[in-house]
Amino acid sequence: MRWLWIDKFLEFRSGEFAKAVKNVSMAEDQLRDHFPGYPVMPSSLIIEGMAQTGGILAGEAQDFKNMVVLAKLSRVDLTDIALPGDQLTYETKIVELRDEGSVVEAKAFVNGRPLATAEIAFGHVDRSAGSELLNNRYESYRQDMMHVLGVPQRTAT
Amino acid sequence: MAIATREEIFEKVQTTLVDALGVDEDEVSGESTLTGDLGAESIDFLDIVFRLEKNFNIKIPRGDLFPENLLSDPQFVSGGKVTAKGLEELRAKMPWANFDRIGDEPSVQDLFTVDMIVNYVETKLGN
Repeated sequence: MRWLWIDKFLEFRSGEFAKAVKNVSMAEDQLRDHFPGYPVMPSSLIIEGMAQTGGILAGEAQDFKNMVVLAKLSRVDLTDIALPGDQLTYETKIVELRDEGSVVEAKAFVNGRPLATAEIAFGHVDRSAGSELLNNRYESYRQDMMHVLGVPQRTAT
Repeated sequence: MAIATREEIFEKVQTTLVDALGVDEDEVSGESTLTGDLGAESIDFLDIVFRLEKNFNIKIPRGDLFPENLLSDPQFVSGGKVTAKGLEELRAKMPWANFDRIGDEPSVQDLFTVDMIVNYVETKLGN
């Protein structure tokens, strides 16, 4: 199983804004126990989806030279739930971006209705500080997933 | 814009810390230590820097307000305590900070106080 809680980017403006979609499917394991007889998309995974949308946006802005690590949820408000068959969209906007970290504002919608808002901070870890194994895994993940998710390729400068 | 008084700066720093650390306003006094008293972790220091920049409209270069790199250097910090050499380095790097109150071998978590941030912002605003 892949730890990916977005299906595809719908919009990607480098260094500014990203919008991703996640379709909630009854086939997903988490809905078996959350909750038995009443499947609801766990809010923690909705937050993870917002963080992945924002984290990839922040990582791409620096050409993935750092590993972007979810470090802090300064604020999260959830006002609705998502059920199997629902479509979630996540919108994230970069509010701070530095070498050592970033902050994004995130919004989640369920079938177009507001579902959640959050402020999410990431720590940026220099990839040269990581092990070779970790770096290789990160690199192959990055190359595979950015293509699949529809992140536009950077043009060489 | 009129020059902000120390009290005005303190109030804004207080609000910044309430937002960044999720603490109550009355927990934040000038003497409160960020890590020991207010529970700040490493990512919070970056978050505080971002919020101070926005709230005071100032620029804070990396390592200027909180020289964290220095604190991961074994010659400056040993066993969670700042060494004499480390303290000397901190005094040189942070002229606005007052380290006199914390003794000779302060623990890292007692190092940064709310007053230190207020002093720093005062310096940045040219007061």
